[in-house]
Amino acid sequence: MYLSPTPLHIPDGFLSILISILFWAISIIFVGLAICRSQKELEDRQIPLMGVMAAFIFAAQMINFPVAGGTSGHLLGGALAAITLGPWAGILVMTSVVALQGLLFQDGGLLVMGANIFNMGILTTLVGYSFYRIAIHQKKNIRLASAGIAAFLGVLAAALMTAIQLWLSGTSPAKIVFPAMLGIHSLIGIGEALITVATLGFIYKVRPTILSLQNIEEKAKKGWVIPGFTIAILVVLLSPLASTNPDGLEKVANELGFIELSQASIFEIFPDYILPIFGDGNFSNIFAGIIGLLLVGLFAYFIGKFINKRKTS
Amino acid sequence: MPILHQDSVKKHRLKKDASILEVIDLRHDYPDGNQALNGISLKINRGEKVALVGPNGSGKSTLMLHTNGLLKGDGSISISGLDVVEENYSTVRALVGLVFQNPDDQLFSPTVFEDVAFGPLHMGLDEKIVKTRVQNALKQVNMVGYAQRYSYHLSVGEKKRIAIATVLSMEPEILILDEPTAGLDPRARRSLLELLRKLPQTMLVATHDMLMVKELFHRMIVLDEGLVVADGLTKDIFKDPDLLEAHGLEMP
Amino acid sequence: MNASSLDRYQRAESLIHQLDPRIKILLSMLFILSNVLLPDGAAIGFFLSWMLILLINIISKLQLSFILKRSFIALPFTLAAITVIFTLPGETIAEWEIGSWVLTATDSGLLRFLSILVRSWLSVQVAILLTATTTFPDIAHSLRHLHFPKILISILSFMYRYLFVLSEEAQRLLKARAARAARIPKEKARSFLWQAKVAGNMVGQLFVRSLERSERVYSAMQARGFRGQFLTLSPHHLRNKDYLIGVIGFTLLMSIQFIQFNI
Repeated sequence: MYLSPTPLHIPDGFLSILISILFWAISIIFVGLAICRSQKELEDRQIPLMGVMAAFIFAAQMINFPVAGGTSGHLLGGALAAITLGPWAGILVMTSVVALQGLLFQDGGLLVMGANIFNMGILTTLVGYSFYRIAIHQKKNIRLASAGIAAFLGVLAAALMTAIQLWLSGTSPAKIVFPAMLGIHSLIGIGEALITVATLGFIYKVRPTILSLQNIEEKAKKGWVIPGFTIAILVVLLSPLASTNPDGLEKVANELGFIELSQASIFEIFPDYILPIFGDGNFSNIFAGIIGLLLVGLFAYFIGKFINKRKTS
Repeated sequence: MPILHQDSVKKHRLKKDASILEVIDLRHDYPDGNQALNGISLKINRGEKVALVGPNGSGKSTLMLHTNGLLKGDGSISISGLDVVEENYSTVRALVGLVFQNPDDQLFSPTVFEDVAFGPLHMGLDEKIVKTRVQNALKQVNMVGYAQRYSYHLSVGEKKRIAIATVLSMEPEILILDEPTAGLDPRARRSLLELLRKLPQTMLVATHDMLMVKELFHRMIVLDEGLVVADGLTKDIFKDPDLLEAHGLEMP
Repeated sequence: MNASSLDRYQRAESLIHQLDPRIKILLSMLFILSNVLLPDGAAIGFFLSWMLILLINIISKLQLSFILKRSFIALPFTLAAITVIFTLPGETIAEWEIGSWVLTATDSGLLRFLSILVRSWLSVQVAILLTATTTFPDIAHSLRHLHFPKILISILSFMYRYLFVLSEEAQRLLKARAARAARIPKEKARSFLWQAKVAGNMVGQLFVRSLERSERVYSAMQARGFRGQFLTLSPHHLRNKDYLIGVIGFTLLMSIQFIQFNI
């Protein structure tokens, strides 16, 4: 039976509609951006390259190593994909892996796939890459070390975001989900760091030229460093804060109205004059939900057109 | 869903009397020095079935990759009179049916149909014509009914036949195959040999399988260290075992 | 893992199998949306949804056990949600003392937890039905019809094609490691770092082989005329039957919502 490498693939039913739709929208933006950038960097060869490497990530997730007491660690691969293929190709590759896992193996839901793609496909990759980029002009050993930390932070960031999504959806209380998610994934993150570093070490030894395939290091722009560093610091600070002071988090969120908002039935978000026909009550909910999905669809459509326009210009 | 761009294969008037494949003093140097070509010249005419033999590293694969422009070297190479240069690549690639050694590299679509359709589709042909070509190609390799099968489900022998079908659908002038019988069990090998015997196309086949050379190919070219060391009738070359041994080959 | 475990598709001649994949995907998403919209404790809504799933199951000529077996997979998240029993405010139904902690289970907490489970369970069955009645290449093609970005679909298709090949390579590496494990001295074997290094070597090997394979595939594509634009045929055409079933499906889902909220 196919088992997922980490408890990060959220199934349908565990996130509220609003959170699901919100993260679909966010993922669409990032994936759209990745498509534009990847086209520029890789051109013709991008499809076979990313397709085969997506299969590679999937297969690599099968390679385990014993951790403690009979359990095994597995690679998630976000940081590895970003470091070896570049951040944008990395996003597309990891997104495809998450999408296929959900579509084909029901590992992760369909409605919540936007959130899963964001957590595992985008966050791990971007956080992983941007932290790695900080050390890109350093010696090999420092680069490897930063790759390890990058991998660790990527997993932690994904766990943090998953916890936030579960909490805001009302599925799990903060005081349980934050410590649990972050605690477990701190351990998993260490495993990820070790395998990532070991893999990169092997590649550097055997085929050092392969990693300059995308000329990542030459094209390295400074623009990555500051946001990357910032996000990394945020993750490092927020995680223990969230774990040790979840009640505080709840209080703040309640006062800001976050919790009510994300759990609210969609009808309450649309002002009354939009759907009076269907009257009060939750029947209108469905239409609101459908309208929400249609809006996301239209949004995606226009992003798609925008991308095509940029491609042809 | 409409085909995204219509591009017609440039209609070049291919010289009817020109050789299908003509190579003049082809040279190629890899950066690490391996598999270089040191001045190869040969001519293959319409209808010929020619074997290309030589030890590993002699330049067989390198030569094959030059025939459709995947590799570029010095000297000249032409297909039916058309020079293999960058502006002609799309036409040339429809004329040269190159079949790689590892069918898993050549069958890259999820289903057999899509793989066999890839060539004609990217030549810019109409959907209906593409479908007809696929059916014909599958018929030629005796794999009608495999259209909806998944590539990864097939056996090695089946994959090799489909790989041939993927280039047959482009209706090429010449088939160039790299080690077609490598890795096949006796039954699959026999079946492939029969297929190669039946196919009417001009053929250049790189191989170590000397029994197949003896059985199917009236002419053979021996390559060693990037040079042609023998080019003639198979039966004549087989009368010279010293020559074969000198170049790492065995008599069948 | 063998080839068949990658194939979730169950071949059969049924109305659902022949339905245009676009309609199936849209209805599946709508169905899951409908499930998630049903509020806590919506027993009637849940029951009707389940009936609908069973109905589709029967029409698709699939074995009921096939779907049921695969629908119970969400264990880690179930554990995450179970705590909601004790933290959602409501009427107490039970109390446990564990050391100095008092766990108070509330009715609304229990209801929320069970509802989450049911919604998830129903939704995953819908997803299973989708993949059991639609081949993956068809799913990929119809996502293209639905205007998902071409490049993403191409990546998915290639990925699907090479999934088995690369998974097999990974399995071979794992077997080779297992075969050598017996001869490794105990101290070395237990080292966490050493294990990671071995695993890293395996992943690295796989990486290099995969990258080289992708180059060969690119050459093969170029040899057949690929110039950057990936073209495909249009295998799917919507028929009146597809539209009809789409409308029927939509109506049934709406009815479930309607009934639930008007009882």
